[in-house]
Amino acid sequence: MPAVTPPGRDLRLDLFRGLALWLIFLDHIPSNMVSWLTIRNYGFSDATEIFVFISGYTAAFVYGREMDNRGFIVASARILKRVWQIYVAHIFLFVVYMAEIAYVASSFDNPLYGEEMGILNFLKQPDVTMIQAMLLKFKPANMDVLPLYIVLLGGFPPMLWLIKRSPTLGLAVSAALYTLTWRFDWSLPAYPNGTWFFNPLAWQLLFVFGAWCALGGAERIAPFARSRPVFWLAVAYLVFAFAITMTWYVPHTANYVPHWLTDWMYPIDKTNLDVLRFAHFVALATVTLRYVPRNWPLLTSPLMRPAILCGQHSLEIFCLGVFLAFAGHFAMVELWDGIGMQVLVSAAGIAAMVAVAALITWYKNVEARRHGPRQTPPNADLAGGEA
Amino acid sequence: MKALMITVMTTALAATLATPCPAADEGGCFVASGIVQADFSLPRVAAAIARKQLNVAVLGSASSTLPGAGGAQAYPARLQASLTRRLPGVTIKVVAHTKARETAAEMVTTLHQVLQDDKPDLVVWQTGTVDAMLGVDPDQFQSALADGIDALHDGKADGVFMNMQYSPRTDSMIAMGAYVEAMRFIALQREILLFDRFAVMNDWNEMGVFDLSATTKKIDVAERVHDCIGRLLGRLIVDGANLAQASNTGAGNMDTTHREIH
Repeated sequence: MPAVTPPGRDLRLDLFRGLALWLIFLDHIPSNMVSWLTIRNYGFSDATEIFVFISGYTAAFVYGREMDNRGFIVASARILKRVWQIYVAHIFLFVVYMAEIAYVASSFDNPLYGEEMGILNFLKQPDVTMIQAMLLKFKPANMDVLPLYIVLLGGFPPMLWLIKRSPTLGLAVSAALYTLTWRFDWSLPAYPNGTWFFNPLAWQLLFVFGAWCALGGAERIAPFARSRPVFWLAVAYLVFAFAITMTWYVPHTANYVPHWLTDWMYPIDKTNLDVLRFAHFVALATVTLRYVPRNWPLLTSPLMRPAILCGQHSLEIFCLGVFLAFAGHFAMVELWDGIGMQVLVSAAGIAAMVAVAALITWYKNVEARRHGPRQTPPNADLAGGEA
Repeated sequence: MKALMITVMTTALAATLATPCPAADEGGCFVASGIVQADFSLPRVAAAIARKQLNVAVLGSASSTLPGAGGAQAYPARLQASLTRRLPGVTIKVVAHTKARETAAEMVTTLHQVLQDDKPDLVVWQTGTVDAMLGVDPDQFQSALADGIDALHDGKADGVFMNMQYSPRTDSMIAMGAYVEAMRFIALQREILLFDRFAVMNDWNEMGVFDLSATTKKIDVAERVHDCIGRLLGRLIVDGANLAQASNTGAGNMDTTHREIH
């Protein structure tokens, strides 16, 4: 496996983003026992929060430096070029999805599922479906994350400019937008119905919070975040969230949660990044980073390298993960869907993600050597990253 | 998306831990215990059984029907057969009101009409698939369910929710999760019985009771699935009525859910 460490890079970002990619892959395979391992089953937040936060962090880190060196216009152009790449990747995944349902449409005709086959009606009107997909309004199952990124990154240049001038003001603007979104139910329309599954107007808070942390915010809150009371508060909140989550899974325990609490707490809204989810992510980060410092010895060990490699090529590996989840589920339905197969598909999928990430790293290293010392601008992987 | 994220996986876990629990009139339709369980009572059904005349309305979309003559093999008709076997001496009438491609919100209108015209003692409301396929805002889906429950209260009828079918082939194409959770959440919050068809069929697929991903144009498996749904739904309804009776006579403890009426 190729070496991964440009000096000065905070490998924790790559590590946790790589892990988040694996978790998203596991969660995207329907009826997969292995997804019991993923964090969404043990608290309010899930891999999406980790992913959005780190992407905001790395985007600010990479494009912030670009903005210092080459100015607002050039940095913005680079951000928009990245947006275009993500858009193309999304359309590619959409084609894969359409191929799968087209196959099922022509091969599967069980009279029990006449109703579910109605999903194939999208094939009958490609004129509408294709255009709605290109407008990012029609987003099939599990294809909501990339459109969120496209919008978050597309709107990022002015926010980055603002945070560089006044971090506090930038964060305040973001929080205000989040509050107004909740107050007035702002959302983006989807096709054929409803709204975006991830509301960018709400999720931008986490992205901007990540950017704010990258540009000095993390150091500013460090004394506070590392204090003992805050640590124990975070632990207490994680335990609380864990206990509440268990009542969703263990039958008849929900009755032990007091009514006033459920009335106040539910629903815990994923679409609009519920504040309980946001708090859960912050608590999780507080506790984790206490045990995983920047110079954590294991970060450079071969044990962590697979996840770090994946995290360093997040756009490619994310897309591969969505594709593999489709393919894995397809294999389970066609061949066998026992627990053994679920474990096999999960393990093989992660192995494929690691192998492709290693291949990309190898290729980039080879290319870099061929071009000699010429400085290529750092490429921000899926809204940030390879810096 | 909504709070009570009792996922499909719960069921899978429960299924691996639990043993099948046979009871009268289940005709080999085994399902892991706890999946079909009366958590809430059906007082109006209990009263109707006492009057020896039980009227049930089934409100549903296309998955409440089967191709073929007169719907005799679809689960509403199988429910009538099951209730007739379970409740000897009681006249059972099950009327199905099914319409393809109706969302929950659209079905609320039908529900008002049915409550007014037929005055059923019990309404089985099957919904969710169409909403999931169209991507209806889960909030709107939830409020449609809540409107339906209000209508049931006004119409003085008991209600049983029925959620989506589990369909392995389209599992990765239709994002059911938020809608499955929404129905479970509202059912629990508003104390409405839920026939968790999604969990039941997932259990069947997992345990190999039925091969739900088979590529077949034949109707026989579909008919057996509907027969089993009818039987288990019958069991749930009778359990709910028993629970109402038990709490009336002051012996209201949860164990009575498992007692058979005959």
